[in-house]
Amino acid sequence: MKVNVKVNGISYEREVEPRTLLAYFLRESCGLTGTHVGCDTSNCGCCVVVMDGDRAVKSCTMFAAQADGHEILTVEGLAGGGQLHPLQQGFWDQHGLQCGYCTPGMLLTSYALLKHNPNPNEAEIREGLAGNLCRCTGYQNIVKAVQQAAETLRQPVAAK
Amino acid sequence: MSTQQKPVGSLGVAMKRKEDPRFIQGKGHYVDDILLPGMLYLALVRSTYPHAEIISINVSEAMKVPGVKAVITGKDLDSAGLGWLPTFHGLDKQMVLALGKVLFQYQEVAAVFAETRGAAADGAEAVQVEYKPLPVVADPFTAKADKVILRSDRERKTNHIYHWEVGDKDATARALAASPKRISQRIWFQRCHPAPLEPCGCVALFDTMGRLQFHVTSQAPHVYRTALAIVTGIPEDKIHVISPDLGGGFGNKVPVYPGYVCAIVGALKLGRPVKWIETRTENLTSTGFARDYHMDVEIGATPDGRVTALHVATAADHGAFDAAADPSKYPAGMFGVVTGSYDFPVAHAEVDAYFTNKAPGGIAYRCSFRVTEASFAIERAMDILADELKMDSVDLRRKNLIRKEQFPYPSPLGFTYDSGDYHKTLDTALEKIGYKELLKEQAAKRARGELMGIGVSTFTEVVGAGPSKHFDILGIKMFDSAEIRIHPTGAGIVRTGTKSQGQGHETTWAQIVAEELGLDPQNIMVEEGDTDTAPYGLGTYASRSTPVAGAAIAMAARRIREKARKVAAHLLEVGESDVEWKDYQFQVKGVPAKSVTMKQVAFAAYTNMAQNEPGLEATYYYDPPNMTFPNGTYVAVIDVDRETGEVKVRRFLAVDDCGTIINPLVVEGQIHGGLTEGFAIAFMQEIQYDNEGNNLNTNFTDYLVPTSLETPHWETAKTTTPSPHHPIGAKGVGESPNVGSPAAFVNAVIDALSPLGVRHIDMPVTRDKVWRAIREAEARKTQS
Repeated sequence: MKVNVKVNGISYEREVEPRTLLAYFLRESCGLTGTHVGCDTSNCGCCVVVMDGDRAVKSCTMFAAQADGHEILTVEGLAGGGQLHPLQQGFWDQHGLQCGYCTPGMLLTSYALLKHNPNPNEAEIREGLAGNLCRCTGYQNIVKAVQQAAETLRQPVAAK
Repeated sequence: MSTQQKPVGSLGVAMKRKEDPRFIQGKGHYVDDILLPGMLYLALVRSTYPHAEIISINVSEAMKVPGVKAVITGKDLDSAGLGWLPTFHGLDKQMVLALGKVLFQYQEVAAVFAETRGAAADGAEAVQVEYKPLPVVADPFTAKADKVILRSDRERKTNHIYHWEVGDKDATARALAASPKRISQRIWFQRCHPAPLEPCGCVALFDTMGRLQFHVTSQAPHVYRTALAIVTGIPEDKIHVISPDLGGGFGNKVPVYPGYVCAIVGALKLGRPVKWIETRTENLTSTGFARDYHMDVEIGATPDGRVTALHVATAADHGAFDAAADPSKYPAGMFGVVTGSYDFPVAHAEVDAYFTNKAPGGIAYRCSFRVTEASFAIERAMDILADELKMDSVDLRRKNLIRKEQFPYPSPLGFTYDSGDYHKTLDTALEKIGYKELLKEQAAKRARGELMGIGVSTFTEVVGAGPSKHFDILGIKMFDSAEIRIHPTGAGIVRTGTKSQGQGHETTWAQIVAEELGLDPQNIMVEEGDTDTAPYGLGTYASRSTPVAGAAIAMAARRIREKARKVAAHLLEVGESDVEWKDYQFQVKGVPAKSVTMKQVAFAAYTNMAQNEPGLEATYYYDPPNMTFPNGTYVAVIDVDRETGEVKVRRFLAVDDCGTIINPLVVEGQIHGGLTEGFAIAFMQEIQYDNEGNNLNTNFTDYLVPTSLETPHWETAKTTTPSPHHPIGAKGVGESPNVGSPAAFVNAVIDALSPLGVRHIDMPVTRDKVWRAIREAEARKTQS
């Protein structure tokens, strides 16, 4: 079947098997391998992308067909104009990653979290990230990374 | 310029990681990211039975599935001489695909190659296997009885794999018998799984020259190359192993797995690249598990709390094949470190390993070989002894800790501990956590019937395998290596035989070079994991990277410095003996104003080297003279809900002494991560089997990994006792927190429950186990 998904602002029209998961559509049909797969049960969150601007979805739990006509943001679309997104900068500055496998999912979940709550406290961040597993960092520096990004994003744009 | 500033990012600087920009932009390169034209996908058919005879395998339906290209079975492999593969240390062999019978649930039975991931999975579903179930051996105690012999392929018709022991058996028995106080406790360190977020996988292809190009999730790419040459008969020069970015490893990516061999066979047979990526279920059910040690611990002591002897007898469950990841001469790894941080006059440790109908393994999950098991046993048992003596466990520890002046300390089980200041580390922890106030608070709470626990662990790890006179894998000595090339402009590249899985080598290795050569670490590239370019090394596990390869880097850099000194002498127009390396540059002795930087010398090494050999590079193979012994004091403060059994970790402090620190940011990150895995082991993680050999924890809904919600906030601090034999004094740290923390957590829970008379609970200390212990204790009280 044919699906058309706008990923990071670019339309991808592709022929796929109906059972193709969105995660594999992104990775193999669009060549965007930043979205990872770490489990078979929607527990790990390595595959999280943002749909239609502010909704974090586990792309291993959706068919590509369900994303037909929707807009998807992946880790490859976060940076813009030669600048890292404040979340990317936060993860780098605060040592919020080690092996990097969970990082794209963490970034996209945090992105959606900050869209809904621009000024989350630690408990809210921890709750917001509870669907994303990390085996390396113990989450503490990820929380700091999100806090740093939230602060940056709250600054008036004119200040730049 | 008369003196040069310490280069930014050299030793001890919290430099941001150099590898991060690619990971935060989705540009990491993991093995499943490889997409090649014409690539086939491999899916494995796995056994539904834990122990069964294979009556027949019918592949005809599978071959009809659109896209399926081939199906191979154990018989096909066996006729090609590839039926078996040697296990890690070479002391046993493992079926690649089942031959005649299956020995554990989820064992590999057949391999299906197809055009797409989906077609391969469909093909695997369509393979029909007829089994005749056999009696199951589900634990080492049943195995010991030898009523059912699992491995008829072996010469010795017994489930007993080996007996290993160290120490003075008779003297220990005598000392225990003579001890006025004695405790004994069976402590089971449950079967766990490292579960890196990226599962294992590979892409195999033969290039236009007929060379095998093997991209694989490997913590030890060179060992893989040699093992593949031995198994397949392909000459080693025709094998190119590439370990790309790894999404964690924690020991799980050390062994060679059947799926890898099948992918290579498929690529050879079908003439196309083959990808195999295991699912999470396959990862948890078939690749290297860890622990599964049943330890009977006995300690003797004087009434005032001086330890007199230690005996530990262990039954180890190795599963269907002896695939434990331990050096060849050490089947129970470094279990001899079981005397821990305490000055035992005499000790004896023994391990008996058995085959069972479970997945093979026994890998070093975020620890040096079998050190977590040993550390947990002694740290738990010391608390039980304190309870028996009615002493504060901290006082008992303090009384028996090895004293600073005793280093280098010869342990009764054969190690020479390199350095440490255990009392200082303990005192630092107690002061920082506010131990005295906590004791007061606890006393007040106990008076009110509330359950609060303080758990302490004063552990010692032994890492950095290891000296060639003791340690090898498949006969290959456990050295490691580094090659450094400094380019004309003062930039450079360092390559090592190790392989980062998130440890940050691209940053820390550059910092070591920067420190030794006075160059900018931002312009020192680090490359690992490619056997065509990296010097031979044994890989990254058992905290060996910094103790072994880190030392090799420093030594290679010093070789470069010696070569550069000759060029510097030429530039400074003095004799070589008049040049000294000081303040990160070459100076004429006593004339600091006359100096040249390494950058200037590097340029001259290619442009103006006079009679000296051109170029500036060096290689060093480092054979460590000893292991290193990182150590620490961990304190957990917890509250237990008497009604529900829920345990809340209120505070956790880790004071680590890992010797010289290369990058405090990286060290702290490693400690956070290791503590989180220790927390998981203490409270959540277990690979359980029922009595019929069924695996009950086959995915992340049943095998629990802590999320951000339940993970505690970590507090860290340090003491620093450099390793005397390591070139930069570093000891390694990645595994200490996983080794030292489980005991601190469990000790805290038992401390909370001790007023009720609870003495021990096996991990994972789940809410229902705690609840049950409380109820049983209350029932006992009512009865009495």
